[in-house]
Amino acid sequence: MISDFSPLLISLKTSLSATLITIIIGVPAAWIVASYNVRFKGLLDSILTLPMILPPTVAGFFLLVLLGKRGAVGKLLERMDMSVIFTWQAAMIAAAVVAFPLMYKTARSAFEQIDRNVLDAARLLGASEWKVFLRVAVPMAWPGIAAGVLLSFARALGEFGATMMVAGNIPGKTQTMPLAIFFAAESGDMKQAYAWVILIFAISLVMMALMNYWNEYQKRLVSSEGRRN
Amino acid sequence: MELLVDIRKRLAGFQLDVKLSGGSEAIGLLGASGSGKSMTLRCIAGIVRPDEGRIVVNGRTVFDSKKGIDLKPRERGVGLLFQNYALFPHLTVRENIEFGISKKPKAEHGAAAAELIERFHLKGLAERYPSQVSGGQQQRIALARVIAAQPDIILLDEPFSALDVHLRVQMIEEMRERLREFGKSSILVTHNIEEAFAMCDNLAVLSRGRVHAFDEKNKVMERPMTLEALKITGCENIAPVRAISDGFVEIPQWNLRLKANVSECCGEGHVGIRASHIMLHEASNDNESGRNVVKAWIAGFSETPFRVRVHLKFSKDGSDNLAWDVGRETWEKVRLGQQPIAVRIPADKVMFVETLPDDV
Repeated sequence: MISDFSPLLISLKTSLSATLITIIIGVPAAWIVASYNVRFKGLLDSILTLPMILPPTVAGFFLLVLLGKRGAVGKLLERMDMSVIFTWQAAMIAAAVVAFPLMYKTARSAFEQIDRNVLDAARLLGASEWKVFLRVAVPMAWPGIAAGVLLSFARALGEFGATMMVAGNIPGKTQTMPLAIFFAAESGDMKQAYAWVILIFAISLVMMALMNYWNEYQKRLVSSEGRRN
Repeated sequence: MELLVDIRKRLAGFQLDVKLSGGSEAIGLLGASGSGKSMTLRCIAGIVRPDEGRIVVNGRTVFDSKKGIDLKPRERGVGLLFQNYALFPHLTVRENIEFGISKKPKAEHGAAAAELIERFHLKGLAERYPSQVSGGQQQRIALARVIAAQPDIILLDEPFSALDVHLRVQMIEEMRERLREFGKSSILVTHNIEEAFAMCDNLAVLSRGRVHAFDEKNKVMERPMTLEALKITGCENIAPVRAISDGFVEIPQWNLRLKANVSECCGEGHVGIRASHIMLHEASNDNESGRNVVKAWIAGFSETPFRVRVHLKFSKDGSDNLAWDVGRETWEKVRLGQQPIAVRIPADKVMFVETLPDDV
């Protein structure tokens, strides 16, 4: 069975921090694209959605080129005596890039559903754009944002291809649960593979239940304190 | 001049070209849907940018295309009451009202909100959410929220359209009182002449982006200057006029020739006669020309609790008719009496408007 639980810890560490990154970048990006007339909006939207369409190995390949010793970011890091490739941080970045579009897309459509009059009302009441974002837009789009958080966490937890490319499979250091399953199955250790599969299955089930509960909770919230229209 | 709006903006289908000015009175902006009235409000609020022009609010220029001034909505000092109120659904009534209070030190926000809640009769509702209160209460909250931000002007966008009839009358009165307390400029946008007349001092009629009349409300009602103004001020009887001479108008559609308050010959146009301005003429044989006494047959009628709308025709087999509003007493007399009856249309109530080049 499982003797070393490090893949679980590494998985949780990388996917939780990756989710945090997608929230911090994805939610504001979604708000900006949804509510302002940004230049090259279509192009920006395509770039932000791209990782969802690309095969993870291709996304991973680009990351490798960028973060590798000869890549633009890699060189910069080397000058500061740092290297990301084949560390858990690389796994985190890979997971964040691949999960990002889920956060961005869900948050964007949630922002777009807000009655524009309500946002304009806030501005006319003297609110700065920051206040409009934090006190009106985010709370009103909250159900959508929360769904995006769960989705991108699930995606980050299951990340395989891109992680493999930039973080490799170093047990105890970068080996996440999906990688552990792959290498256990490949080496014929089906018992261990099953154990990890069951664990991931359990986590996914719990998350799905959480999401359903959340949806119901939101529905109740909406019907009791709800929104107009 | 405290308020000046002089803007142009190209819209789909027509050009918005609005000129309004005023002091601290309430201006009613009347127009059918799609006439550009809501767009005008949005331009004043800064939500939409006009192509060119100038907007002055409370003596302060908030937009001037020539000088490159274009203040952001939050800097304009404009309060806008949205048609759907646009309350924050995730904030309580108290939080909604507190949202716009910024000019005082933070510690006083609570007291200022409490005072407004008291004044707007929202005391028991302070901790509820907007969806948990009635339509009339939502409107009060929206207005309290606007007033809490201490704007220099209040814009009202069809504020009564979402209310039941009985509530509407009550809220119109209440709103008029609130605006009087407020004491600064206000603009009410509506398609309903009764709301505009009850709430405002001056009326502006807007049609296809252009101001057709802008004057004191009684003047606009008595002397609408254009066909659009005639229609939007609720005139029931409008007909084209063929020829005019010696102060007479000839109205082929009604088969009538009436003395009207027109000077000289004016060319093509329309006349409008309000249903309530027509009177029963009881002295018989008084059919001299110039007094506009005409024989009429009753073509039909519809009753309301207090008044009756009678449809008149001017020949026994005629089809086109004139709407006539009469009180119950008069109606009883007419209904039991003989036909044809005689009605008088006072010459000064026959409103003539000239045809404009773009009237269709």
